[in-house]
Amino acid sequence: MKYMLLMNTAPADNAEEAMAQAVCNFEDWQEFDKQVQDAGIVVASHALADLTTATKVRVTSGGDRVITTDGPFAEAREVLGGYYVIDVPDLDAALDWAARCPGARDGSVVVRPVTDEY
Amino acid sequence: MTGPDARASVEAIFREERGRLLAALVRRFGDLDLAEDVAADAIEAALVHWPERGVPPSPGGWLMTTARRKAVDRLRRDRAQAARLALLHVEMERAAPVPAPDPDGGLPDERLLLFFTCAHPALAAEDRTALTLRCLAGLTTPEVARAFLVPAATMAKRIVRAKHRIREARIPFRVPDPGELPERLPGVLQVLYSIFTEGYAAARRDLADEAVRLARILRRLLPDEREVAGLLALMLLTHARFDARTAPDGGLLLLEEQDRARWDRAAIEEGRGLAEEALTGGPPGPYGVQAAIAALHGEAADVASTDWPQIVALYDVLLALTPSPVVALNRAVAVAMRDGPEAGLALLDDLAAEPRLRGYHPYAAARADLLRRLGRPAESAAAYREAISLAATAPERALLRRMLAAVEPSGRA
Repeated sequence: MKYMLLMNTAPADNAEEAMAQAVCNFEDWQEFDKQVQDAGIVVASHALADLTTATKVRVTSGGDRVITTDGPFAEAREVLGGYYVIDVPDLDAALDWAARCPGARDGSVVVRPVTDEY
Repeated sequence: MTGPDARASVEAIFREERGRLLAALVRRFGDLDLAEDVAADAIEAALVHWPERGVPPSPGGWLMTTARRKAVDRLRRDRAQAARLALLHVEMERAAPVPAPDPDGGLPDERLLLFFTCAHPALAAEDRTALTLRCLAGLTTPEVARAFLVPAATMAKRIVRAKHRIREARIPFRVPDPGELPERLPGVLQVLYSIFTEGYAAARRDLADEAVRLARILRRLLPDEREVAGLLALMLLTHARFDARTAPDGGLLLLEEQDRARWDRAAIEEGRGLAEEALTGGPPGPYGVQAAIAALHGEAADVASTDWPQIVALYDVLLALTPSPVVALNRAVAVAMRDGPEAGLALLDDLAAEPRLRGYHPYAAARADLLRRLGRPAESAAAYREAISLAATAPERALLRRMLAAVEPSGRA
C-alpha cells in the first residue's frame, strides 16, 4: 500500500532562518533519506523550494477566469516542505517511517494513504 | 431443549463466541465489514438450526465453518468483491501463521487482534470506544448509541467512518510485537477504562459490567502484563461499591455515608489480589497504583480508620507517573484526611490557577467540603453553588444540593 508522507515545517522567510530554527540538520535528513532508499520502499520523493517561490492558481466557479497569485498564502503555523511516497504493507509501517523522519521533530508529518480509486 | 429457553441459551453462547468468531474471521479475510456480515449470517443460521437440532459440541467451530461457507456464497454472488477478497484471502493466509487448535476444540482466541485494532491510535478516541463495544462486546449499533447517549444514526455514521478509516488507511489487524506493547497497550486500557467510567458515572451497571468482562478477557490474553491486572483490579474494587453508593431514593452517597456491609466483598478480595500482582515484579504503572489506593479504601472499616498516610504516599507515586491536576486534586483531599482540612485547603488553593480544574466540579466540591469542615459555612455554600453549576449529571447535582442544604441555615433562602 502506498502512503504519502507530507512533511510540514515552520515557515521561514529564508533558508538560513529555517536552518537556524530547525532541530535536525542536513545530515539527519541525509541519513533518513539513505534509510528509506536502502529499505527499497520509496516510490517518489521531493523537497520543495521555499514557500516564497510558490504560485497559486485558481479557476472560478464560472470556469472562465483564471486567478494567479504569488501570495500571501494561508497563515498556517506549518507549511509543506517536501514529501515522500513510500510503499509499505500497512499504516503501522508507514507511521514508523514517519516517526523516524526528521520532519516529525522539526514540525509534523502527515501520513496519507494513496488511493487507487482514481 | 426448544422454544424460548433454547433461544436464551443460544444467545448466551453468542455473547461469548461472537467476538472470537469475529476476530478469527477478520484474521482470515482482513475485512471487518465482511467478517461482521458473515458472522451475523452464521449466528442467524444457528438461531434457526440449534433450537431444533441442539447446540453442536463445538459451537465456535460450527459458527466458523458456517461463516466461511457464507463468505464463499457472498463471494460468488458479488464478482467485483470476489476479486478483491480472493486477493486478500491469499495474502492473509500466507502472512498469518496457522493458529494452534484450542484445547477445548473451540475457536482459538484471536480477540487480542481486535482489541488493538479497535484501539488503534490512528482512530479518534470516541471511535475507539464505539468500535470496541461493537466488535468485542458485541453490542448492536443502537446499543452502543444508548451507551453514549447519542442518536442511533449518529453512532451508525461514526462506526461507518471508523471502519472506512481502517479499510482505506489499511490499519493492520495484528497484535503489536512485545517491543511495541508499551506504546500501544495504554491505548487499549484507556478504551476499557472509559467504558467503565462512563458506566459508573451514569450508574449504568450493564456498561460497567461489560467493561469488567472485557478486562477479564484481555487479562486472559495478556496474563503477564501487570497493568492489565492493575486495570481489572481498579475496576473490581470500584465496582464493589456500586450498590452502596446509591441511597434507597436513588440519590448518590458519599464514601463516608456508604454502608460498607453492602460492598461486594468477593470483588474486593479479587481486586486486592490482582492489585498486589500489578505492583509486584517491577516499577508500578498508573492503573496498579490506583488499584492499590482503591484496595486501601476497600479494606478499611470506615473513613476514620482508613490508612490515609499510605494513600497519600501512593498519590505521590501516581503524581510522578502521571502528573495531572486531577491527580493533584485527589492527593490534596487525601492530605486533608491525613493532616486536617487546613493542609488540604492550602494545596487546593495552590491548584486554583490550573485551567483543567476551572470547570471541573469535583474541585469546587472538594473546596466546599474542606471549608465546611473548617467552620466557614458561607464560603462553603458559595463553593457548593459553583460545583452545582458545573456538575454534568442530575444525580451529581442532587448530591451537591444536599450538601449545600447542610451548610446553609435551614428555613432561609
